[in-house]
Amino acid sequence: MKYRTATLAMGMLALLTGPLQGQAQGADKLKVGLMLPYTGTYAALGTAIENGFKLYIEEQGGKLGGKSVEFFRVDDESDPSKAVDNANKLVKRDSVDVLVGTVHSGVAMALAKVAKDSNTLLIVPNAGADALTGPLCARNVFRTSFSNWQPAYAMGLVAAERKHKTAVTITWKYAAGDESVKGFKESFEAKGGKVLKELNVPFPNVEFQALLTEIAATKPDAVYAFFAGGGAVKFVKDYAAAGLKDKIPLYGPGFLTDGTLDAQGDAATGMLTTLHYADELAVPKDKSFRLAYAKAFKLQPDVYAVQGYDAAQLLAAGLKAAGGDLAKRDALVQGMESAKLDSPRGTLTMSKAHNPVQDIYLRQVTGKENKSIGLAAKQLADPARGCRL
Amino acid sequence: MDAITFLIQCLNSLQYGLLLFLIASGLTLIFGIMGVINLAHGSFYMIGAYMAFTLSSLTGSFGLALLLGIPLAVLLGYLLEWAFFSFLYERDHLQQVLLTYGLILVFEELRSLLVGDEVHGVSPPDWLSGSLPLGHDMSYPVYRLFISAVCLVVAGLMWWVITRTRLGMKVRAGSVNREMVQSLGINIALLYRLVFAAGVAFAVLAGMISAPVASVYPGMGGQVLIVCFVVVVIGGIGSIKGALVAALLVGFVDTFGKVALQQAAGALVYLLMAAILLWKPEGLFKASQG
Amino acid sequence: MTTTTTKLDSLAAPRLPAGWLLLLALLATLPAWPAPIGTEFHLELGVQVLSMVIFALSLQLLVGYTGLVSLGHAAYFGIAAYAVTLLAPASEAGNGWWLLVVAVGSAALLALLVGMLVIRTRGVYFIMVTLAFAQLAYFVVHDVDGFGGSDGAYLYFKPEFRLGERLLFDLQQPRQLYWFALGLFALTASLLGLVLRSRAGHALVGIRHNEQRMRAAGYPTALYKLGSFVLSGGLAGLAGFLHAVRSGFVNPELLSWHQSGNALLMIILGGLGNLWGAVLGAASFVLLSEWFQAMSKHWQLLLGGFIIGTVLLLPRGLVGLADMLRPWLRGRLRPRRGKPTVLGFQHKERTS
Repeated sequence: MKYRTATLAMGMLALLTGPLQGQAQGADKLKVGLMLPYTGTYAALGTAIENGFKLYIEEQGGKLGGKSVEFFRVDDESDPSKAVDNANKLVKRDSVDVLVGTVHSGVAMALAKVAKDSNTLLIVPNAGADALTGPLCARNVFRTSFSNWQPAYAMGLVAAERKHKTAVTITWKYAAGDESVKGFKESFEAKGGKVLKELNVPFPNVEFQALLTEIAATKPDAVYAFFAGGGAVKFVKDYAAAGLKDKIPLYGPGFLTDGTLDAQGDAATGMLTTLHYADELAVPKDKSFRLAYAKAFKLQPDVYAVQGYDAAQLLAAGLKAAGGDLAKRDALVQGMESAKLDSPRGTLTMSKAHNPVQDIYLRQVTGKENKSIGLAAKQLADPARGCRL
Repeated sequence: MDAITFLIQCLNSLQYGLLLFLIASGLTLIFGIMGVINLAHGSFYMIGAYMAFTLSSLTGSFGLALLLGIPLAVLLGYLLEWAFFSFLYERDHLQQVLLTYGLILVFEELRSLLVGDEVHGVSPPDWLSGSLPLGHDMSYPVYRLFISAVCLVVAGLMWWVITRTRLGMKVRAGSVNREMVQSLGINIALLYRLVFAAGVAFAVLAGMISAPVASVYPGMGGQVLIVCFVVVVIGGIGSIKGALVAALLVGFVDTFGKVALQQAAGALVYLLMAAILLWKPEGLFKASQG
Repeated sequence: MTTTTTKLDSLAAPRLPAGWLLLLALLATLPAWPAPIGTEFHLELGVQVLSMVIFALSLQLLVGYTGLVSLGHAAYFGIAAYAVTLLAPASEAGNGWWLLVVAVGSAALLALLVGMLVIRTRGVYFIMVTLAFAQLAYFVVHDVDGFGGSDGAYLYFKPEFRLGERLLFDLQQPRQLYWFALGLFALTASLLGLVLRSRAGHALVGIRHNEQRMRAAGYPTALYKLGSFVLSGGLAGLAGFLHAVRSGFVNPELLSWHQSGNALLMIILGGLGNLWGAVLGAASFVLLSEWFQAMSKHWQLLLGGFIIGTVLLLPRGLVGLADMLRPWLRGRLRPRRGKPTVLGFQHKERTS
């Protein structure tokens, strides 16, 4: 009997010591924890963000704020249920100095909670959850991408300007989808439009057939859809296959057509989307960025890569203001708040809630590119409702 | 809902139901005849989808991918049964659950190692890519009709084999009384291997033909697995007829549910199963009824 | 119809608490160990393991001792976790006593409602109906507004347990949360130990062996089965409460069939019909998952291989391994007499 206990106890202790990470504590290293999706429908986005982040560091000679960078990676699989535990691995097990992540809004909320509880600096290079720079905003949480509201609100303005009176929305049922639809609805209805139906599909399901039939039966003037990654590819293709492409114009934020045009082919031609980035922008930094990115990774960059790149830039700005000392949190935050980033999308500044204030471009799919055909909204700032910063 | 929309939703339900039947038929055969709970059945569906992707990328033709894929699937099933599943017959259900769960993990990782973790699309052949106009402003994708057609053909083939051939007779006998069949001198081991290979082949085929409409992504096996178990249980374990009826039932409830009651849609199928099981605790049809 | 040959020993009421007390004492010292063992990360991991152990123990009562294989146990775990999270006040710490009672109570209530409906079914159909109800609960929590949808909900302040004005333990402190979890574990194990030693406990085991015989002997088996269902549901709720308090986050996946399946896996892995089995199975499952994840991106391959290996080599689970090692440890070279038994539940046809 006692032997059983002894073996059990020894075994458990042995197992407990297993997940140890005996990392050398280099005082000169900056520990960056990347929590990104490396598998699943958003995998390509995660890779693009990391590439963009790394590109900036390479351009600075491999150092940020004078320190060499050590990366710790966790694959969040775009799964909110594991998010808290995954984030804790980076914060408690690997003791990272900075958290960078993530793509999925639900996962980002968990990441933000862990960051706030442990007072770790967090830079969000994509997830648009409005709450992160809204009611849950914090001094140590920054974002270099967008809030779900921004491109959606701009799209609503465009749809109203194009004289559409009715619309149906369709999206994945999670924070990003819901907020995107809300943003569109806000501006579209303010300008006299009406959203007839709000359809949704559980994330990351891509079986749209029944709902496409529903859309065809409802006959709205326009359809607003929010999907990204693999789901965006499928939706746009299915939309065309259901014969809707030429009958009811499809609108959406740029995620519907960013990084997906190769797979979507003709199904996406002519589509109008709104986003804070586009192909062939008249921004000099963009041209040099694209060349450098293509050279380093043999791929064309997309908005996700830009956001990753800017995340590194933002961090560098903060480090510079703090003289390279992460312990000087106030100076670090100040530096990041007042940063003026030379981003491939144009000049970028942070709002008081730590969200980018940026131009939203109206783009049209031409060939394999999302060409900017004008501005949907100029220097649009998220209203940051509920933020007490 | 007007008549055309209703028709289209019926076609959607039919297509989904028939696809479910294709996968579930393999599951119910394996469960009913060999008494093996196979949690890895969803993985075969996933393997089928990934096979469609890799083969059509390699050969450039979806049709060719299908032609190559089917015999490959049968071979895979045959080998799997011989190497692994034959050890499960002697074990109780819980151990089978555990072993096949372990197998799911192994399959997922092998897939990750061999093909990677990205989401892929597969294009159907051009002659199937069009849309059939129905009414004056709705249309239905031809490819989905193709899916339904393939499933119907396979169902017909299955019915013919089971009711009109000696092999089918042995299969039916084996599902009712295994020992008797063995004592009659029939090679039960070979029979099992064939049935298993067929079950796997159906699931793989289902994965291949649904790849163009469902996309190819990690985790696709898990979602379909649970719905298939529901179909098998509603229909009655071991009953092909039951699987067909149940699959169509689930197809309709799910499709119309999604449209009519968005918030309750996910739960409807399980409500259906709970209701049927509480009314008929062993499913709709018994195995001996084919 | 063949009967299963089971050694009654292994299903007997749990033996002397000596082994348990030793384990508890050992685990209680964890915070005192120097880094890299006694770190905050490991304390939290410890709480995670303990909540899974309690979850597994609750399922062991239902599956291992009563013989009712449920594939929907996560529903009770999850509902309790959601109860804590949704009922806790948003801007301050909630009353721990009340939240604990509500969490366990709602889990037990749900188990009662479901139990009353499913107790009539048997075998694989029982498995499927329990799954069906768990899926229903999953979809309610996933789709109905107010539960937070697929993104889940957050518990911002850990509940406080006060006696009068004094704060009994501060769960924000990792050590105190760890000891609190250890306390709950001790409570669960003792409760189960007492139940299983009692007449009712023996009746449950009797039902598992041969329900008809028990009924013929005059036992109202349906009531006993329901009692077991509700008790195990309530204890699963206790585990859910602990989980929510530790992680501060709930999500529909807590009620998914994956979670239910994992619980079954843990007790089969550890060994059925044995409380140690639940402890060993849960601990090794959680710790091995962590360990493998740290080792490789393709950790699921390792875990899958481990599961397959254990089932093939250790039909009685990890507990069986401890038993196999015992004679060796005592110096005897001859292995124990008697074949390792397979704890089966279905009336499986055997051709031999």
